[in-house]
Amino acid sequence: MSESAALAEFALRMGDSALILGHRLSEWTGHAPVLEEELASANVALDLLGQAQLWLSLAGELEGRGRSADDLAYLREPSAYRNLLLAEQLNGDFGHTLVRQFLFDAWNHLLLDALCAHPHARVAEIAEKASKEVRYHLERSSDWVVRLGDGTDESHRRVGAALEILWPYTGELFVLSASCPAATIVIDARWRELVDMVLQRATLDMPNDEWAQSGGIDGRHTEHLGKLLAEMQSLQRAYPGASW
Amino acid sequence: MTTNKSPEPGTNADADARSQWPLWEVFIRSQHGLSHRHVGSLHAPDAQLAMLNARDVYTRRNEGLSIWVVRAADIVASAPADKGPMFDPANTKVYRHPSFYEMPEEASGL
Repeated sequence: MSESAALAEFALRMGDSALILGHRLSEWTGHAPVLEEELASANVALDLLGQAQLWLSLAGELEGRGRSADDLAYLREPSAYRNLLLAEQLNGDFGHTLVRQFLFDAWNHLLLDALCAHPHARVAEIAEKASKEVRYHLERSSDWVVRLGDGTDESHRRVGAALEILWPYTGELFVLSASCPAATIVIDARWRELVDMVLQRATLDMPNDEWAQSGGIDGRHTEHLGKLLAEMQSLQRAYPGASW
Repeated sequence: MTTNKSPEPGTNADADARSQWPLWEVFIRSQHGLSHRHVGSLHAPDAQLAMLNARDVYTRRNEGLSIWVVRAADIVASAPADKGPMFDPANTKVYRHPSFYEMPEEASGL
């Protein structure tokens, strides 16, 4: 694979992950426990949507087949999607959503910081803009993990269970960050350190690393992605080229 | 109607559910503003979340450079019923406005 094709693939994986996680978060709109948290979820979702647009535009340009970010988002089948499996997992309860967000944010934060020094100017530019947004996402999600973990017996039990369910999907994060061309990005150890620090404050135990799920960034997805895309792409499928 | 999950709006049960998180008043200093202005209120369990929530609820359109949050309960307000004795007496003190001075010619630029 040429370096440009490899970079296009990496940008696609980053863009798809941000797009799918952002869409998941947007599902809370109208359903969040309190108004303040609903707006906060929607804000993070919009940040991720903006990042997805930047990554997917870059992927489309590097690919050179004239596909725009919208084409990539709305006109691909599930098997052509390259997002992390973690991003497509169901929201569950509020705590489950925040645990998923925290595991992703901690990784995204470290990765984007490293990408700010990437030799490809556009990649560095996107990372520069996104890293400010993600620093805030991480602050919010880690704050909530601590509150819920160190909260009531019920909230502790729920986020603990979410952590166990979602942990096997974290291995794939580092396969994606290591697939970045023209840069050596090893952030596994620092991610563990960061996550462990927050989990300790949350009085939660870090799960054991057993079987790690993988395949999302190669197009092999869980059953959840198809349903998500069916909803996300429905308007564009029913009214091709629609604009307003 | 016996099993209603969320309390009916306006009932005591609804007020109890809300009262679990105290009310905070939000003040924001805008891009060009010199002072913080009251922009609204929100519910949050403590100061840290009140600040994050204020950022998410009230600065989505680039409104601010600085945020203050204050527990609504910590604000001491004048009672509406005292409006008469508090403010009416000032109505008749026109001499408190600096409108009776003759300005010297030399100070026309003021």
